[in-house]
Amino acid sequence: MRCMLLMKATPESETGVMPGPEIFAAMDEFNGTMIKAGVMLGGEGLFPSSAGARVHFGTGKPVVVDGPFAETKELLAGYWILQVKSLEEAIEWASRCPGCDGDTEFQIEVRRIYDLADFPQEAIDAIPNEREWLAQQQAQNTSGNTL
Amino acid sequence: MASSNVHRAIEALWRIESASIIATVARMVGDLGTAEDLVQEAFMAAIERWSQAGLPEKPGAWLMTAAKNRAIDLLRRNKLLGEKHQELAAQLHTEQAIAVAETAEAFAGHMDGTIEDDLLRLIFTACHPVLSTEAQTALTLRLLGGLSTQEIAHAFLVPEATVAQRIVRAKRTLAAANVPFQLPHTSQLAPRLSAVLRVIYLIFNEGYAATSGQDWMRPSLCEEALRLGRILAELLPQESEIHGLVALMELQASRMRARVGPTGEPILLLDQDRTRWDYLLVQRGLARLERAASLGNAFGQYAIQAAIAACHARARLPEETDWQQIAALYDALAQLLPSPVVELNRAVAVAMAFGPAAGLELVEDLMQEQSLANYHLLPSVRGDLLAKLGRLPEARAEFERAAALTQNQREQQLLLARAAECE
Repeated sequence: MRCMLLMKATPESETGVMPGPEIFAAMDEFNGTMIKAGVMLGGEGLFPSSAGARVHFGTGKPVVVDGPFAETKELLAGYWILQVKSLEEAIEWASRCPGCDGDTEFQIEVRRIYDLADFPQEAIDAIPNEREWLAQQQAQNTSGNTL
Repeated sequence: MASSNVHRAIEALWRIESASIIATVARMVGDLGTAEDLVQEAFMAAIERWSQAGLPEKPGAWLMTAAKNRAIDLLRRNKLLGEKHQELAAQLHTEQAIAVAETAEAFAGHMDGTIEDDLLRLIFTACHPVLSTEAQTALTLRLLGGLSTQEIAHAFLVPEATVAQRIVRAKRTLAAANVPFQLPHTSQLAPRLSAVLRVIYLIFNEGYAATSGQDWMRPSLCEEALRLGRILAELLPQESEIHGLVALMELQASRMRARVGPTGEPILLLDQDRTRWDYLLVQRGLARLERAASLGNAFGQYAIQAAIAACHARARLPEETDWQQIAALYDALAQLLPSPVVELNRAVAVAMAFGPAAGLELVEDLMQEQSLANYHLLPSVRGDLLAKLGRLPEARAEFERAAALTQNQREQQLLLARAAECE
């Protein structure tokens, strides 16, 4: 199965200040271990929410609200995609993530990704174009990153 | 801490850490079976301790230390025993291991950067030529994949006792043959590596051949083989054939959903709905093949097969397939791995690239081939080419012959229908 580790934001990550080289190095070691274990499929870091926007849906036209956003702990700062045998294995990997700057609280949410095999046949037959297009976008986006 | 949490963590840790720990301990004690027992003991001790005290900060390191301490204890006991019994003391590797293990510095030094080497030793020992293919496969899944005997039994549709037996016997065979826990000599690396790749591809095919998808364990063998392939590719990144094998498996796995119809009937490559291919896997496979190519070595059998699969993967429509390239690749494969089945595939590609007459010429050469005498695809291909050339009575005879040779009922119906079309 594939799981996503969703790294939540911290006040620091929301400032957009790049972490120091020692944090990059720690993260690289973590990623390297997952690559060597054959579980890492991809992962990337996100700009702070001030560089993003939200599109709200409801009645009428969608409404765009520019970042930054409050509730920092619920915001995303990055993600990994892992191929694992169980959710527990993904949790174990998540718990090995280096603690960034040490005294900031942050969370990693562990979620399972739907595989095509998890969808009913009708659903798969209904989405040929979207599926192919999305998959290609994803493949391009997840290749060749380090953090 | 709730004991169910400990059990879940232990299961994940077994999956992630057991191969490295077993590999390290096996290097110390020189015997795979003993190593696995010691590591299992360490995990049992962890369950007991962590249920009381909670998980340590670095559970992986805890387990490694616990297992190594057990190994050191064993080596010391053996040494004491050896002083009483000369013949035991004569075991050179025990002496060497103790010499290494007894000083902490030497021990730490021995640990540095050798996990990779230990894992390689484990892979090469599990796939050692003294073992049968079945034993190699079971040991690899057990020791490197961290699968339980029950999971392996499920995947191969055999009783659990059979797998347990295979593993016990495999360890005994290794011990009886005095197989050292070592990397193969440089001169032996190529054949030994090809044995490892064969086992990984076999595991993949076992999962790939299971088309029903009802038993979750069998398709997940494909994932398992891919993981083993990726681990090996990281351990030996300069070996282009490993990247070739991973590329081949990714490209084949990308067609998993398209190759079986709603009622379980196989769908041939050219008839597949290509929008049902997994393009994420296609991209990964193509990227991996590029990595193999970038190493500059001549392609081996897996990389060539991956390159053939890539030709199909790059074609959005069957008509867009680069058959000339495929024909050239089969030509290269036939030279590397001369086999009538490869020749038959080459004939099909040549027919697609240069017309049915050119393909038929190659098929005619295969008609006397003894090993293909009962192979239904030979008359099936020949019938198809004859039909395309308008030689219908001959084509019909070939389709009927092919139908008589196949065991698969659906295929038989298909072939008889084609025979009837030649009226």
